[in-house]
Amino acid sequence: MLDVVQAVLLTVITAATPLLIAAIGELVVERSGVLNLGVEGMMIMGAVVGFAVANQTGSGTFGVLAAIAAGMAMSALFGFLVLGLVTNQVATGLALTILGLGVSGMIGEAYIGVPGLRLPELDIPGLSEIPFIGPVFFQQDAIVYLSFALVGLVAYGLFRTRIGLVLRAVGDNHTSAHALGYSVLKVRFLAVLFGGGCAGLAGGYMSLAYTPQWVENMTAGRGWIALALVVFSSWLPLRVIAGAYLFGAVTVLTFHAQALGAGIPSQFLSSLPYLATIVVLVLISANRRLTLVNTPACLGKPFVPDR
Amino acid sequence: MTDVLTRRHKAGGARSERPTTGNLLHARGLTRRFGDILANDRVDLGLNKGEIHALLGENGAGKSTLVKMFYGALEPDGGEIVWQGKPVVIDNPASARALGIGMVFQHFSLFEALTVVENIALALPDPGNMKALAARITDVSNDYGLPLNPQDVVADLPVGIRQRIEIVRCLLQEPQLIIMDEPTSVLTPQEADRLFLTLQRLAGEGCAVLYISHRLEEVQRICHHATILRHGKVVSECDPSLETASSLASMMVGSEVVGVNHGAMAPEPGPVRLKLSALGAPAATPFATRLNNIDLEVHSGEIVAIAGVAGNGQGELFDAISGEMRVDPGMVVLDGAPCGNRDVTWRRRRNAAFVPEERLGHGAVPGLKLSGNIVLTRHGTGDGLVGSGFVSSARAAELEQKVKTTYDVRMSHDDPEARSLSGGNLQKFVVGRELDRNPGVLVVNQPTWGVDAGAAALIRQALIDLARSGSAVLVISQDLDEIFEIADRIAVISRGHLSVPEDARSMTRERVGILMAGGAEKKAGRA
Amino acid sequence: MRIELVKRKEHSRKMALLSPVIAVGLTLAAAAILFALSGTDPLQGLYKFFIEPLTDSWSVQEIVVKATPLVLIACGLAICYLSNNWNIGAEGQFIFGALCGSFLPIVLPDFETSLTLPLMLVFGALGGAVWALIPAFLKTRFNANEILTSLMLVYVASLLLDYLVRGPWRDPGGYNFPESRLFSDAATLPLIGDGRMSIAAPVAVLVAIVLAIVLARTLKGFEIRVMGESPRAGAFAGFSAKRLTLFAFALAGGLAGLAGTMEVSGSLNQLLPTISPGYGFTAIIVAFLGRLNPVGILVAGFVLALSYIGGEAVQASMGVSDKIASVIQGLLLFFVLACDTLILYRIRLHSRRVPATGEVSRA
Repeated sequence: MLDVVQAVLLTVITAATPLLIAAIGELVVERSGVLNLGVEGMMIMGAVVGFAVANQTGSGTFGVLAAIAAGMAMSALFGFLVLGLVTNQVATGLALTILGLGVSGMIGEAYIGVPGLRLPELDIPGLSEIPFIGPVFFQQDAIVYLSFALVGLVAYGLFRTRIGLVLRAVGDNHTSAHALGYSVLKVRFLAVLFGGGCAGLAGGYMSLAYTPQWVENMTAGRGWIALALVVFSSWLPLRVIAGAYLFGAVTVLTFHAQALGAGIPSQFLSSLPYLATIVVLVLISANRRLTLVNTPACLGKPFVPDR
Repeated sequence: MTDVLTRRHKAGGARSERPTTGNLLHARGLTRRFGDILANDRVDLGLNKGEIHALLGENGAGKSTLVKMFYGALEPDGGEIVWQGKPVVIDNPASARALGIGMVFQHFSLFEALTVVENIALALPDPGNMKALAARITDVSNDYGLPLNPQDVVADLPVGIRQRIEIVRCLLQEPQLIIMDEPTSVLTPQEADRLFLTLQRLAGEGCAVLYISHRLEEVQRICHHATILRHGKVVSECDPSLETASSLASMMVGSEVVGVNHGAMAPEPGPVRLKLSALGAPAATPFATRLNNIDLEVHSGEIVAIAGVAGNGQGELFDAISGEMRVDPGMVVLDGAPCGNRDVTWRRRRNAAFVPEERLGHGAVPGLKLSGNIVLTRHGTGDGLVGSGFVSSARAAELEQKVKTTYDVRMSHDDPEARSLSGGNLQKFVVGRELDRNPGVLVVNQPTWGVDAGAAALIRQALIDLARSGSAVLVISQDLDEIFEIADRIAVISRGHLSVPEDARSMTRERVGILMAGGAEKKAGRA
Repeated sequence: MRIELVKRKEHSRKMALLSPVIAVGLTLAAAAILFALSGTDPLQGLYKFFIEPLTDSWSVQEIVVKATPLVLIACGLAICYLSNNWNIGAEGQFIFGALCGSFLPIVLPDFETSLTLPLMLVFGALGGAVWALIPAFLKTRFNANEILTSLMLVYVASLLLDYLVRGPWRDPGGYNFPESRLFSDAATLPLIGDGRMSIAAPVAVLVAIVLAIVLARTLKGFEIRVMGESPRAGAFAGFSAKRLTLFAFALAGGLAGLAGTMEVSGSLNQLLPTISPGYGFTAIIVAFLGRLNPVGILVAGFVLALSYIGGEAVQASMGVSDKIASVIQGLLLFFVLACDTLILYRIRLHSRRVPATGEVSRA
């Protein structure tokens, strides 16, 4: 019995991790005032590029680095359009997703059915020997640890450093930030790159650790769920952990419920994460006071310097 | 009838002669273009240490553009700036701050979601430790009579306190020049007095103040010297205390400024056409103002003005009267018909008309042509604009021409998009569009904000004429000069409470100030 | 050197017409590069992708068949986007509408009268409208972001389709293949022409024309345009944002559901686990390429349908992956958005400004 619970916990962690990483990246982007709906596109590109590079080089590390780079490249394109050319952020984010899904499908064709390279697990000596929780918490692959480090880094950075203060200021009132002499576009572009790197990493994790293989459209909407998670967390980094793990649990539930053969159609179980996303969004948004007070005031608003 | 423009200034507060202790800043031939508009045309300006120097000009004269160049927010296209004898290039606000130039903006550059100490830290090149900074803020703000609590979140603070943050932010950098852009537009008269004391102290300590304003009375009170801009050029310099308000105004506008003809008020008040009865509404968002128990009657033939500093519920009151915000039926009564729960089109059909504060984005759609903007408010009022669901573009064009000619709306070509009009011309259009219907009740919020003097005079006269013809006119304004110019009765709105209107002839600025500071609420029995 | 955007005084009429053309031109250039990268001759690839499908009557009809659902959906999306309602779930509304429209032929297959087809279309449109009203309702009542809710429902609708086709609606005489029974003639859209074109095509054209008139000349169209650009001005005009949201979503959902039903009863003649090659998403591109104008959408739908057929063509004849079509579609949307900037802004390249006088010292 304990084995089952342990197994479930392990799978929850692996299911939650890509959501966590993608969401924390997008949180930083939105805090700076930019809405990047292209998370799904950046994630899938990270997945396919990570898989392809790992496969070609035989190194998981290179795969992960390539995934991050792919995400950043996609986000740089997005940044050029919405920050440089002031295009509509919603439409451009969608374009990024459509493009990402298309390009990844094209690149990935050669890798369908190819066995993947799984990332090695990192053993934290001593601690991983602890019965039950040892293997769960201290014997994960490096990216899981990285995901928590990222959240801690963002939480600290946003609220206790100068750069974080400037970023929050830019997202709150870009006119004032500009008037004070801060380069709004530069700050936003860097935030967008960070978000892209995170989304790419999340995708790379999926194709290299979660299910080490490439399947077309394998992210299956996780990028969109990550976007919902940012809203759910009220743009507060530590809350992203709660949201990601909640969703991880729901996703895993569908696998295990199917295994238990409860007679519920598998499609219904598979739809649970999406339905849960809707429910969560409604609950959070219905509290208007909460959303108004926490939403970055300039979110999605274009900025053109009047120099 | 008081003609503001001929009133002589009263000597108030000790003010010394213009200091000549050394030239601090000298601008030579400064020029700046925006597209094909020449905002500043070879401007020369000299500032001495310790002087309070006024920069005068009406809306659109180029004052804001000029000081933005001093502050590094804009770069000049030509000319040079000489600081303490040496030519400098100020290419961003950080350079300006490093030189010792600070700026307090008209529309504050504050971050609502952040605290006072965070806001100030963002403006300092080297804020250091946050705790130490917070202590410095407490010390300095108290010292200068503008106390602040560093941990307050700006969103929770009223406008008068927000300005303090801007000022303390400058003071912490030990500036040699502080630029203030229309500082008293958001202050009560008493708060303005406190500000003047602070400025005089700063001047005494050797700091220069560049004071942008179009408020002639206060300029005469506290400024040593004035430079007057018109259409981007310097037209004269003077000692404001030696001029009259009307001579200053003429220099600003370039011609004899005609006051409004107040017309004769009917001896007996006409029937009540707009009535607000115990109007109350909760705040729609955490940043809105709650309306409390407002009573008001506006009679046919009169103009009632509601004075008040921004952020005290003017917008919410306007929305409740226009119908964008629904309230109980009996709270808003138009010509005897309760309509608090009816939508704006219903109220327009009862011959009411409305002009909101923001012309672009609220009163008119920026990207829509003027003919389309006519349809915006008049599609449901029997003007023949809509038939069987179809919009008649011919009729819209006809009405647009009519408004354009009657109200002298200037545009570069026929039927342009609203956004391409200047502020004054668009405001004339927006007001004219409603006046053209000859409404029985007109409610206007900030009728001449950001509008040049010529357009402002036209609009104010039109409001008076409408009232005298039998309509009831309600004007909400932050401009006391304007209010005293056109109002028959004056009330004050403060934190969502409305004072009892008083006859304008017996009202004084002091009284208005007291009501703004909370007298209105005291009357209602609340502290 | 830096790029500076100078805002124009008014929307540039010239650029509004030119920008989609420039965007298509840039896409062609990018497509040529893509072909070169995948090891084929760029000119050959461009020809086979864009030109050849237009040379043959049968393939032109195929393009029209593919363009029809795109145009129908995109017209509804245009109404949504113009009024600032970001309906991204058209794919789900297409699917759910198709399910509702397929109810009669699958569950009551013996109901074969002249009413069958019209009823199917009505059910389909209503079903799509209902599916779209869910995110609309959640937006108006709970302020929930409609992009995410409508999108989540796409996944739910796909899973529902999958479940029905593999389970309760599987063809009993179909050897266990995951597909529904074939529709009878009474439940099939009549054909026109000698190919696979059905009456769906003229219906789509009619819808586009009607919506173009509504948008340009009626008060409703005025309301839609105003609310999208200035919601506050719209409220001042007496328009209700909430009612408009419900209307726009219902209309778009209805059109998507109608398109889905017509696709299933016209081209496919049965339900399958996948009934759309992403029409709901490609329609988003069609809507933007057509500048959110139903007449422009007619042209844009044709162009994007061409890209589908072109993709199949280059795969068949040159061995290039047919995914190249979705890449080209994505690039097209990017270029359209980038070129649209030119309508509101002029682009100026700046070198560092030099101060007017001689000696200067840095601040």
